[in-house]
Amino acid sequence: MSGEHPARQGAEGVREGQETILIAGGGHAGGAAAAALRQFGWKGGITVIGDEPILPYQRPPLSKAWLKGEATAESLALRPERFYTQQNIQTRLSTTVAAIDRATRHVRLADGESIAYHKLILALGARARRLALPGFDLAGVLELRTAADADRLKSAIGPGRRVAIIGGGYIGLEAAASARALGAEAFVLEREPRLLARVASPPLSAFFESAHRAHGVEIDLGCQVVGLEGQAGHVSGARLADGRVLPCDVALVGVGAVPNEEIAIAAGLDCQGGVMVDANARTSDPDIYAVGDLTNRPLPLYGRRIRLESVPNALEQARQAAAHIVGRAAAAPEVPWFWSDQYDIKLQIAGLPFDVAQLVVRGEPSSGAFAVFHLDADGRVQCVESVNTPAEFMGGRQLILKRKLVDAAHLRDLSLTMKDLAA
Amino acid sequence: MPSITYIEHDGTAHTVEVPVGQSVMEGAINNSVPGIDADCGGACACATCHVYVDAAWEHLTGTRSDAEASMISFANGVEANSRLSCQIPVTEQLDGLVVRMPAGQH
Repeated sequence: MSGEHPARQGAEGVREGQETILIAGGGHAGGAAAAALRQFGWKGGITVIGDEPILPYQRPPLSKAWLKGEATAESLALRPERFYTQQNIQTRLSTTVAAIDRATRHVRLADGESIAYHKLILALGARARRLALPGFDLAGVLELRTAADADRLKSAIGPGRRVAIIGGGYIGLEAAASARALGAEAFVLEREPRLLARVASPPLSAFFESAHRAHGVEIDLGCQVVGLEGQAGHVSGARLADGRVLPCDVALVGVGAVPNEEIAIAAGLDCQGGVMVDANARTSDPDIYAVGDLTNRPLPLYGRRIRLESVPNALEQARQAAAHIVGRAAAAPEVPWFWSDQYDIKLQIAGLPFDVAQLVVRGEPSSGAFAVFHLDADGRVQCVESVNTPAEFMGGRQLILKRKLVDAAHLRDLSLTMKDLAA
Repeated sequence: MPSITYIEHDGTAHTVEVPVGQSVMEGAINNSVPGIDADCGGACACATCHVYVDAAWEHLTGTRSDAEASMISFANGVEANSRLSCQIPVTEQLDGLVVRMPAGQH
């Protein structure tokens, strides 16, 4: 296992002996890491290895603008192709990293090729969780993670088509909204007693249930899917525990994501429900970083660790890794945040609902614009869920960052602006 | 194709061509112009594409929506001519537009 042959490095456009940052994973986090390295002044080689056939792109539009035909490959891309050429970033598409050899600092590709790294950034993301139930291998049973998935879903949705959506999380609800916009019928089957049960407060769940019903989405809560029925190898219905079979033309399974940590585990890196990283996105190996949906990361503002699936998280960690590699001072920790667009509803969430003792609703949910503040026992905002109220999102985020004590009555008082409250 | 000049906080100017229909934000990102982050990719959700529209062009760039106004009011260094550049569509009338970027977007 000797080092790379100089000619091979030359063929990749990297000067012999020049250090290369290898980014394993060409998704949102991987693409952002490559850009951040150049932005922060890394002058050595950068190579992004992605298993998809396209350059790094944004995933949020896949369930929204892309499904509705309002996006192009160009608008989806994180950066245009010329960016990589101009910034001397090598890209290897449709290429899978099969193993990490930490001792010699190489990765091995699926075809056996070995590539040396000075530092490695793992940006392998997560894959859609699969349900091991009868019928889930039928044709027409789809998941939504990649652009290829989105294309399959897009061709299956149209006027008169009936979409079974298994899982009432953000993927399912955004897809339901897009399906309705395209004239398809949609029904959501959710195992828990409310939608978004893992991630949202009860008032928020209730609001979205009401909104989706108003747009003609059928919703079954506390509903257990025991299998999918098929005809001629194609899905034709969802079978429930109560015996009902609900007909459908296509099924979308959105029941969570699983981190692609297998090669990290095999290489002996610390992994617990994601690759463990520190505040600089560094793994248990000082030459290996990990970013994005793949990671289990510390949350300094909450005193705990979490695997956080969001674009802002991917971007923050990409910047953390890039900064640490070039020796730039670490940025202050950011308040985790998230957004979702469904119909004309803009949801923005700042913070996470840890240690919540009280919910304070500001505004009237029936008006379509309101926010739910999550306060801890001392009266500090831990999280704010904002529906069509960007000021509550932005102000709430400042309150979380400043750890400011708030008065619930003041939060409810709409005559007080968020600027006043967050000052 | 319309030409847009982006001026960094330190005075460095970048003049690039941006197709009609893209946003002023996309023009910066697609041409590697530093100073605009655009974390949410144009969803008016993050306020990290903040720019100052040159006085001569304000009347041509439209006005902020309520949502944009709320978002931008919390940005650093917000001024009367602040806009979220993802909310400014490029038109032929904006050929020659000049925008300035703040010192930072985070």
